[in-house]
Amino acid sequence: MSTILEMRSITKEFPGVKALAGVDLEVTEREIHAICGENGAGKSTLMKVLSGVYPHGTYTGDIVFEDETMDFGSINDSEDRGIVIIHQELALVPYLSVAENIFLGNETRNRFGMIDWDSANHRAAELLARVGLHENPTTPVAQLGVGKQQLIEIAKALSKKVKLLILDEPTAALNDTDSAHLLGLLRNLRDEGITCIIISHKLNEIADIADRTTIIRDGQTIETIDMADPSSTQDRIIRGMVGRDLENRYPDRTPDIGDEVLRVEDWHVDHPTQAGRNIITGASFHVRAGEVVGIAGLMGAGRTELAMSIFGRSYGRNIRGRIFKNGKQIQVRDVAEAIGHHLAYATEDRKQYGLNLLADIRHNVSSAGLGKLSPGGWINGNEELKVAEEYRASLNIKTPNVLANVGKLSGGNQQKVVLSKWLYTDPDVLILDEPTRGIDVGAKYEIYTIINKMVAAGKAVIVISSELPELMGISDRVYTLAFGRITGEVPVAEATQERLMELMTLERDQPLPTKETNS
Amino acid sequence: MNVIAGARDLVTRHLRESGIFFAFALIVILFSVLNPNFLSPGNLTNIILQYSYILILAIGMLMIIVAGHIDLSVGSVVALTGAVSAVVVIRMGMPWYMGVIAALVVGLLVGMWQGFWVAYVGIPGFIVSLAGMLLFRGMTYLVLDNVSLSPFGGTYYQVANGFSNGLLGGEGFDVFTVLIFAIAVVGYAVSQWRSRQGKIAYRQSVESIPMFALKIVLVGAVVMWFGYQLAQSRGLPLVLIILAVLIIVYTLVTQKSVFGRHIYAVGGNRHAAELSGVKVRRINFWIFVNMGFLASVAGVVYSSRMNAAQPAAGNMFELDAIAACFIGGASTTGGVGRVGGAMIGGLIMAVMSNGMQLMGVPQSIQQVVKGLVLLLAVAFDIWNKRRAAAAR
Repeated sequence: MSTILEMRSITKEFPGVKALAGVDLEVTEREIHAICGENGAGKSTLMKVLSGVYPHGTYTGDIVFEDETMDFGSINDSEDRGIVIIHQELALVPYLSVAENIFLGNETRNRFGMIDWDSANHRAAELLARVGLHENPTTPVAQLGVGKQQLIEIAKALSKKVKLLILDEPTAALNDTDSAHLLGLLRNLRDEGITCIIISHKLNEIADIADRTTIIRDGQTIETIDMADPSSTQDRIIRGMVGRDLENRYPDRTPDIGDEVLRVEDWHVDHPTQAGRNIITGASFHVRAGEVVGIAGLMGAGRTELAMSIFGRSYGRNIRGRIFKNGKQIQVRDVAEAIGHHLAYATEDRKQYGLNLLADIRHNVSSAGLGKLSPGGWINGNEELKVAEEYRASLNIKTPNVLANVGKLSGGNQQKVVLSKWLYTDPDVLILDEPTRGIDVGAKYEIYTIINKMVAAGKAVIVISSELPELMGISDRVYTLAFGRITGEVPVAEATQERLMELMTLERDQPLPTKETNS
Repeated sequence: MNVIAGARDLVTRHLRESGIFFAFALIVILFSVLNPNFLSPGNLTNIILQYSYILILAIGMLMIIVAGHIDLSVGSVVALTGAVSAVVVIRMGMPWYMGVIAALVVGLLVGMWQGFWVAYVGIPGFIVSLAGMLLFRGMTYLVLDNVSLSPFGGTYYQVANGFSNGLLGGEGFDVFTVLIFAIAVVGYAVSQWRSRQGKIAYRQSVESIPMFALKIVLVGAVVMWFGYQLAQSRGLPLVLIILAVLIIVYTLVTQKSVFGRHIYAVGGNRHAAELSGVKVRRINFWIFVNMGFLASVAGVVYSSRMNAAQPAAGNMFELDAIAACFIGGASTTGGVGRVGGAMIGGLIMAVMSNGMQLMGVPQSIQQVVKGLVLLLAVAFDIWNKRRAAAAR
């Protein structure tokens, strides 16, 4: 097999920062090549150099593609050569149809300069069949789920006669079924002759699919390993990524579980706009002081909807059920009441729902607990700064200054700001929705440590996660959620991925297994 | 750190905010070179009298823009509130304060009306206020029966045209005016000193004593010079007192109060604000009520200044107020902006109009120049943001 792409000692500097310091990457034709590295290691910058987002001349080093040195001036140049990048944030226009999206910017015109929609839809249908998506090409993209949208992006790439397909975190937002389908598709494409570069944080996924893996750390290539080699273990990749051994991916904790803090009984939630559609059906669960309770569920099971409907009715309508705090029934009609009852909810989508990206760290930290700083409605600015500094130090938020903008922090540090914000409200119960999504391995460990500190301080923590190893690594007890029902409650000692998955896929009409434990 | 290095550090760190100050200073210097009358006591007084109502509108508009909305109706509201006031004072012959009260009540009602549609029905402010622009203009014509009402005369006329002058006498200039300005400077120095002490108590870094003194002396000198100029002319304009009180109060509200912070939170990320316990609808409602209130204050000031209520009054005021905010660094997408910035933005517009009028530049060219300044100011802002982002 021959080398299709070689990037030689690529160096890219931003004022004051060296994002890439001589990266070498060599990709063989017809392989799936994974790139691993922590956030900020330079993976995305490297791919932007390759795809021409950073034009020739703004970096040093050589890009050799199909034995020719490339000097891409823009993303169009690289696409002309058959290099297509699919970004983590999908670039589809929601109200345009599938076919319109596939050919956007690349429309075929008839001799009058008009778009021939019949042929476009026909060609789109062919492309959709290639990616295994059975949808009408005239369907608006907004009506399809994230998994299908990802496939449309790939169909779009195929329409451009792609030779080298770059995928940035393609499965980050996908559930396991969709991920598996996507990875299968990549294998097929490889067999058809398309080379893939995949950036991913999911190491088991990389182990599963990649032929070779290049590890990048601090803007430098650490090593490229052949995944067929038995010494290419996940631990080896992690070691390369973080530059040290990560003995244990989950910090140890000796549970010290106290009294019940929160109990939710018979919780029902309907869809906010589709009348009569039940999202959560009769969910009951509880959590105790000093306990980490996991909620496992596939995407669409209603995990976020359950959490947000409890947190001040932030989701859904026609919400019925009872909430007990410390044994007493409480009313939680809006977010302010939820905060008043010392509940906290850290969202799964930091950028959309968690942070004000225009504001600095200080203002984000104080945003939910502003009342504590503001006797009589006037903010004590000095106290506010002090509070932010305290959380910066105690949660190890890596920033020179709490007056820095939150939008400029890495995912892990942003998550720490979100946690600071909720810790400052003195919560008794914290609901953490996908607390480590999009965060690199080192920062994940820090987040787990923070969770451990919370429970050590007697707080009750509910963690929602789609990563089962994570849930089993940090929880004391796991509830499974499937199609809006709580289908099981498993003490972590008895939990296996298979067992949880079985409960998570229980359909609506299947009977619940009899409860064998009630801890 | 010596004084010069300290000053340079201060400037580079705050380029975004200070950039607009430099632009303002540059424009002032330019016009004073081109026309020696520009900085004369009489002309400075005129600038205040002519543009105070735009600045008052810009305060409310800034809060609307920070929250991520826009209000196109303020010009019509200025006209409507002035008209109501004229009907009460001139046609019905009631005392001047009844006119003011009537105008303020109408302004608050207008604000509640618009706030209701924006906050509780969820119609974008652009649409609600576009409708309001027509609605309130039409109502103005109805209230006035399509004719101007004048003159107000008496105390009402004094609101925008009166001066506090000669209370303490003085040879060629008004001692009282100078005294008020001196009190203001001392108040500024004291509040700055207290804030500095507070920071020290919290172990934050503060500027060195010479830097601090330099800042106070510079600000004090500019303010006192301005006061002295006013004192040489007609004294302290009453409307300047109204404006100063509004600026101080609203600067405090936006920067120091929970309500103000919530406006920034809503504009920065509405969903995040909602999930942090901010009552987003309530905030949206009250900023429109507030806008209605300030528009009615501007309506009183403008009708008093004109000594009449005209059906076409306040036309295009909304655009001047919006331009002031954007020139002053507010973001078009919300979440960013300061009252102080909007005031400087408004003054830039004011100084340019006035300067060009003094030089006899035709109205057509004035419009062209103002349009370009708005465009360049926002372009500068975007360039500056990109530069800051690239510096990372």
